Amino acid sequence: MISGVSIAYDGVPIVSGVDFTLARGAIGCLLGPSGCGKTTLLRAVAGFEPLASGEIHLHGRQVAGPGLNLPPEERRAGMVFQDFALFPHLSVARNVAFGLRFLGRRERRVRVAELLELVGMAGAGDKYPHQLSGGQQQRIALARAMAPRPDILLLDEPFSSMDAELREQLAREVRELLKREGVTAILVTHDQLEAFAMADRIAVMSGGRIHQVGSGFDLYHEPADRFVADFIGQGIMLPGRVVDDRRIDTELGPLTGTSPHGLAHGTPGEVLLRPDDILHDDASPLRAEVVNRAFRGAEYLYSLRLASGQVILCLVQSHHNHAIGEHIGIRVAVDHLVAFPRETGSHTQE
Amino acid sequence: MINATVTAGSPRSRPGYWAWGVIALALTLALPVLVVLGFLFAPAGEVWEHLAATVLQDYVVNSLWLMLGVAVGTLIGGVGTAWLTSMCRFPGRGLFEWALLLPMAMPAYIIAYTYTGLLDFAGPVQTLLRAWSGWGYGDYWFPEIRSLPGAVVMLSLVLYPYVYLLARAAFLGQSLCVLDVSRTLGNGPWRTFFTVALPLARPGIVAGLSLALMETLADYGTVQYFGIATFTTGIFRTWFGLGNTVAAAQLAALLLGFIFLLILLERLSRRQARYHQTSQRHQAIRRYPLRGWRGLVAFVFCLIPLALGFLLPAGQLAAWALEVASTSLDAAFWRLVGHSLGLAAAAALLALLLALILGYGQRLRPTPGVTLAVRVAGLGYAVPGTVIAVGVIIPFGWLDNQIDAWMRATFGLSTGLLLSGTLAALLFTYLVRFLAVSLQTVESGLGKIRPSMDESALSLGLRPGTVLWRVHLPILRGSLFTALLLVFVDVLKELPATLILRPFNFNTLAVRVYELAADERLADAAPAALAIVFAGLAPVILLSRSITRSRHAQPH
Repeated sequence: MISGVSIAYDGVPIVSGVDFTLARGAIGCLLGPSGCGKTTLLRAVAGFEPLASGEIHLHGRQVAGPGLNLPPEERRAGMVFQDFALFPHLSVARNVAFGLRFLGRRERRVRVAELLELVGMAGAGDKYPHQLSGGQQQRIALARAMAPRPDILLLDEPFSSMDAELREQLAREVRELLKREGVTAILVTHDQLEAFAMADRIAVMSGGRIHQVGSGFDLYHEPADRFVADFIGQGIMLPGRVVDDRRIDTELGPLTGTSPHGLAHGTPGEVLLRPDDILHDDASPLRAEVVNRAFRGAEYLYSLRLASGQVILCLVQSHHNHAIGEHIGIRVAVDHLVAFPRETGSHTQE
Repeated sequence: MINATVTAGSPRSRPGYWAWGVIALALTLALPVLVVLGFLFAPAGEVWEHLAATVLQDYVVNSLWLMLGVAVGTLIGGVGTAWLTSMCRFPGRGLFEWALLLPMAMPAYIIAYTYTGLLDFAGPVQTLLRAWSGWGYGDYWFPEIRSLPGAVVMLSLVLYPYVYLLARAAFLGQSLCVLDVSRTLGNGPWRTFFTVALPLARPGIVAGLSLALMETLADYGTVQYFGIATFTTGIFRTWFGLGNTVAAAQLAALLLGFIFLLILLERLSRRQARYHQTSQRHQAIRRYPLRGWRGLVAFVFCLIPLALGFLLPAGQLAAWALEVASTSLDAAFWRLVGHSLGLAAAAALLALLLALILGYGQRLRPTPGVTLAVRVAGLGYAVPGTVIAVGVIIPFGWLDNQIDAWMRATFGLSTGLLLSGTLAALLFTYLVRFLAVSLQTVESGLGKIRPSMDESALSLGLRPGTVLWRVHLPILRGSLFTALLLVFVDVLKELPATLILRPFNFNTLAVRVYELAADERLADAAPAALAIVFAGLAPVILLSRSITRSRHAQPH
């Protein structure tokens, strides 16, 4: 549990007033662009960064707070680093055994074998790190961090050095493994697909604070603010005017949601439109001009320009092959409206 | 349409003259070492048996004790300061980071002379002690600096920077995450240092240590002055005292054996070091703050080698130099300076020229023969000046005698010694000894010019000569300057080879310091010694600049 945590370097706040709670056995994720303070927060949990204020509890035990800052070796927090940080002078088995020095020889050997088996690296114990591939090194790093049965496992961008195609698959594999072992874990990443594949609870961070905590589904479909709307998934903001608590009039006609959108009547607002909210329909009277298109295999992502010049995104099955400059029929399909008050000069938003 | 046949191999097939030139050059430069090694197979004479029965054991035992002592001294000083300045934060850290290199400017023999003057009975330390305590002669015990332990301290004080430099590079090269991992696995800072940081830095530390030990074995000035019988002093005595060339050369060969072991150790360590680099990604180092008394301890620990290895002796030299400035800065002194500078500059230029020939030879025709030849040409760096001098005198003398005999037989006139005892022989010795220094610098400079740069320049229509001028030279300029400077300073400091091979009545600064010190005129030696130390500061400044740069180059 992280409550009210702030961290500063030389008076410059890096993380400010962050709260994040994770149930035992759950997998959490700190997701955000680089420089958002997520790694700093993770390192604070591990004990490498002192807190400016706030408290950190691991399994009900306070490890950091006012006047208290347990050193990393007393926190029972295992950590897997971005570059895996295997000890190059030790064999795989001795790497995994590194945190087990309080066990007897026999127990240690049993535990090491158990973990190597668990990560699918049985029999690799006598190899040295430089003889392993990146994926294998990562599994050993995981096994090493899990060996002393830490109260919490911290993973700092563990898949970032992997091939992009492998990341999601690895993330799912690691998730299964952690779930099977009932390990509580926090993952740090800037890759939302990785976060979706692995975490139960995702905290979206930027500028040193948490914008929203929720499941991947929540974050995508019910972003709490513009930053989350922008950072998670793709989409555009379509200007409109609020008619009533469920309806906003836009260039694409009146859009009605199934639940209240929360904006005041008559005010200018903006509706979040995901590419999958816009459907291609040749029969529709609503037309837009194709200004760009990206082929993605099964589908095309079209950028369409409306009459006002506003560009929207539209995901279409790839057998609908339209050339740039062509006008195609579209229709809006939203059941839940995500809307924010109109922002002046909203392009400054990062 | 592309229609071509591509054959593997060098696209620019040149005649092999360059390759043969490189190989011939390398063989010439390797000649002294080969000559000395050749004497291993010469029949051992009576003198050798005499040596073996009497002093050889002393040489071996003293050299081993010296190496052991220097190893302990440089390890404690070098590793300790490297760890503190690279991983911890305490007052003065940034200053120490480069200032700890300063003792490198101090040749061992000069620091030995200086401390002898400082600590002997009439020196300032004992005088002060007597003034305080009221003791007289014989009332108290004072450590004798002119002893084996004294030599160990002297050598350690000026050689620890080798260990410091390489240990520091190793610590900085370690993935910091590795240290963090150890902490998360339940190890405290001290345990982490001993179980992770130190084993990981071991190859670097061992490489630095073997360099320091090579210098220890090569030292002549210190052990000679302190009256310790080691290989280098033994070679001198056997040669000049007993007049036995063969036995001297055999001693030299034995010394080479020790050196080769150290080279092997160094090479192995460096190879191993590659595996010990796990991270390509370096984070900014967050140094561990040492507060209160811990910071003070760290400060003092770093100050001791700096003060004793540089500040104190340099201060003493400066004081002496001021004392004698009015009398000793005469025309003779400036002539010495002229000799030293001229000789050093000539050697530096020649070394650079040869290094370029070898470096380009290897780049243009990297055949196994050429690569081996270049390696062989660089062998001299580890070989003590005394050994090289022996290896130069013998073949040169032989050649002189052959020419003389032939001339007498053919024309009836004697040419005497044409080569021996000339500046040419001395320069050749310097080249053998220091070529590796400029070769290494030139090679690393050439390494920065990737073949694709040549190719892209050629594809842009430049002729090969123009490529050299417009691409290589601008990139290499810094390296070429460094190569010149390093050899220049090394030659300036060199003592034993100069002592043996200089032409009659030709003195340099280093030789003059040696002579004056031998006459116990330590103060009079100070101006020349100080001049050498000043020159020695130049490469130290270069090194410390690169240290500062590497620190700024770290991302974040």
